[in-house]
Amino acid sequence: MAEEFEPRVVAFLCNWCSYAGADLAGTSRMQYPPNVRIIRLMCSGGLDPMYVYRALLGGCDGVLIGGCHPGDCHYTNGNYKARRRVAVLKAILRELGLDDDRVWLRWISASEGSRFAETIREVVAHLKEKGPSQLARAWAV
Amino acid sequence: MRARASELLAEARGTLVAEKEYPPERDVSGEPPRIGVFVCHCGINIAGVVNVEEVTAFAKSLPGVVHAERGLYTCSQDNQQRIKQTIKDRGLNRIVIASCTPRTHEALFQDTIREAGLNPFLLEFVSIREHCSWVHMGDRKRATRKAEELVSMAVAKARLLRPVRRTSFSVRKDALVVGGGIAGMTAALSLADQGFKVHLVEKEGELGGNLRKLHSTLSGDDPQELLRSAIARVQACDKITVHLRTRVRELAGYVGNYKTIIASTNGDPGETLIEHGAVVVATGAAERETDEYLRGRSERVITQKELEAKLADEAGRTALASAKTVAMIQCVGSREEGRMYCSRVCCANAIKNALAIKALNPETTVVVFYRDVRTYGFREEFYQKAREQGVVFVRYEPDAKPKVVDVGGASVPRGGQSPRPQDGAPLQVEAFDPVLGQKLRLEVDWLALSTGIAPGAENGELAKALKVPLDQDGFFLEAHIKLRPVDFATDGVYLCGLAHSPKFVGEAISQARAAAGRAATLLARDTVQGKGRTAEVRERLCAGCGVCVAACPYDAREIDPAKRIARVVEVLCQGCGACAAACPNAATKQVGFAKEEIMAAVDSLA
Repeated sequence: MAEEFEPRVVAFLCNWCSYAGADLAGTSRMQYPPNVRIIRLMCSGGLDPMYVYRALLGGCDGVLIGGCHPGDCHYTNGNYKARRRVAVLKAILRELGLDDDRVWLRWISASEGSRFAETIREVVAHLKEKGPSQLARAWAV
Repeated sequence: MRARASELLAEARGTLVAEKEYPPERDVSGEPPRIGVFVCHCGINIAGVVNVEEVTAFAKSLPGVVHAERGLYTCSQDNQQRIKQTIKDRGLNRIVIASCTPRTHEALFQDTIREAGLNPFLLEFVSIREHCSWVHMGDRKRATRKAEELVSMAVAKARLLRPVRRTSFSVRKDALVVGGGIAGMTAALSLADQGFKVHLVEKEGELGGNLRKLHSTLSGDDPQELLRSAIARVQACDKITVHLRTRVRELAGYVGNYKTIIASTNGDPGETLIEHGAVVVATGAAERETDEYLRGRSERVITQKELEAKLADEAGRTALASAKTVAMIQCVGSREEGRMYCSRVCCANAIKNALAIKALNPETTVVVFYRDVRTYGFREEFYQKAREQGVVFVRYEPDAKPKVVDVGGASVPRGGQSPRPQDGAPLQVEAFDPVLGQKLRLEVDWLALSTGIAPGAENGELAKALKVPLDQDGFFLEAHIKLRPVDFATDGVYLCGLAHSPKFVGEAISQARAAAGRAATLLARDTVQGKGRTAEVRERLCAGCGVCVAACPYDAREIDPAKRIARVVEVLCQGCGACAAACPNAATKQVGFAKEEIMAAVDSLA
């Protein structure tokens, strides 16, 4: 029998809220599937949409972007910038006929370890259902 | 307590300090990356799940890595020594630490490699504990694979790290304290006692804030005496300048060098410019208003603070002493949709006032309708005392709140003249008692509502001026609840008192001293060092379009009129990266999180 598909997920998390939320999930020993690789950003507003395209083209099955809740941004309004960028990014994905449901933007605060763990479970479950991304293969030269 | 000690030691401050000496920084610019990877066991915290030997061996195989080793506790003194020695022996020029979270330990390792002659920014830190071993305890194999990939991402990023130069700038020794309540006064006094000049800005015509309305405490201390002595000390202190009926109109500058314009609250012309190095936010909060439970329609429906005022006043006491029944409702408009937080002080306050009513007349029935009683700290004993003295506690559920009916004809149309209270109880409270499993109907003379504490209405305005965040409830948000509890993320701004969250007077005072202590650590220095991880412009690529200027929340980006390209005002830049993400030419680089570095990390996964 073929091995079960294990999606590869990259998470870009802001240093102050979501990364700290992931830390809290750890200190609270909340268990979630080991499919996610975390990259720390200082702020979700510092997310270059190219990171997301690159991850998807490079063979990742999903991308999670984590920022502070609206109004709670450490840098005043970086999360709003992230929200606009992700909206445009998803629109471009759709325009190109690609799946836009491989990209998640979630507000996860430093105190929401359980929300972080829950989000990873949800993302991984969704991607397992959806199956592997064909993008990397399609773009391979 | 730190600040208290600092007050006593103010004169001796700095006299026994030996400046820490670092060796001169090694120039690594011409060298190819020679990366050292240090993998931590963290006792069994990491090694109990992740196969640390395998991760170390894997790290050795990565391009650019010339050394990889594992240690039982990488943060221990002897391991730090080992890292320093290895940097020298193996000529390492980039370091990767795979251990716990950089949020707590990055600074320590930055210092370590600095002691070994490396620029502190040639360090990449990756968490294989919080983000791996602790969350994948049931799958050692995949946890180990994940740890390897995390290390490989860190190594990919580390290969591209560059040394960062940090500039330093001078510090103005004066402080600005916004808010003249007990927290603001305490912070101002503590700073003054530590030798700093303070400008204390208060919007009202007198000092004291909410403490003016507090007449008793459960512990028996007299808040009014505390208020009088604090005001007297502030007024007598020649280091504190009090600005009454004043608010902050404009605030510009950065840590160590603020320029603030204050103006009168009652429209008087004239402004004052204050130059200062630090800001303490102590703007307080207020008792919330409500229109639930006939509040505003019956004069017999009062707030806990109004009840406290009655209990402190002769006529009020007389009126209350003759009451047959006084009811209280807790959590009014709290811990429910729209206002989810607990105001912390209401349970203790209700019990304090209930005990006072019982002391006036033990025959008066006092009934407290509550959801959960939380008499924080040792105040639990007063909850017990209240029960012993016959105060009745009736629990209610949020979907079956007590109902208040006006039966005594004491109802007043909004804004209308209130008729004299008539004989017999004017109010009726109906509630379901879950213990008896029955409906209760109560004739009530007075109904006191615990409406809780609402954040200051002007918080938003001040937060904008200071460029600091508010939390979802509208209170000021500290940088980190445990690691930096009285700091803001913006350097040089500190907070205390009710502006931060609901709290008791004693807690506000402790927090005010903590804020003063933190502010003093800044003000005591002659210079401060920049963050280092700021934005940077690759001038050759910049077209001067100004997108970065619009993206910056700190006014730290501007167009150089001579060169017609964008530049970074380093002291204002907080290093969020918004401008770097917005730049269409990739001319702006976020130091420490450069695009090529993040891309390299992403690519290492493919």
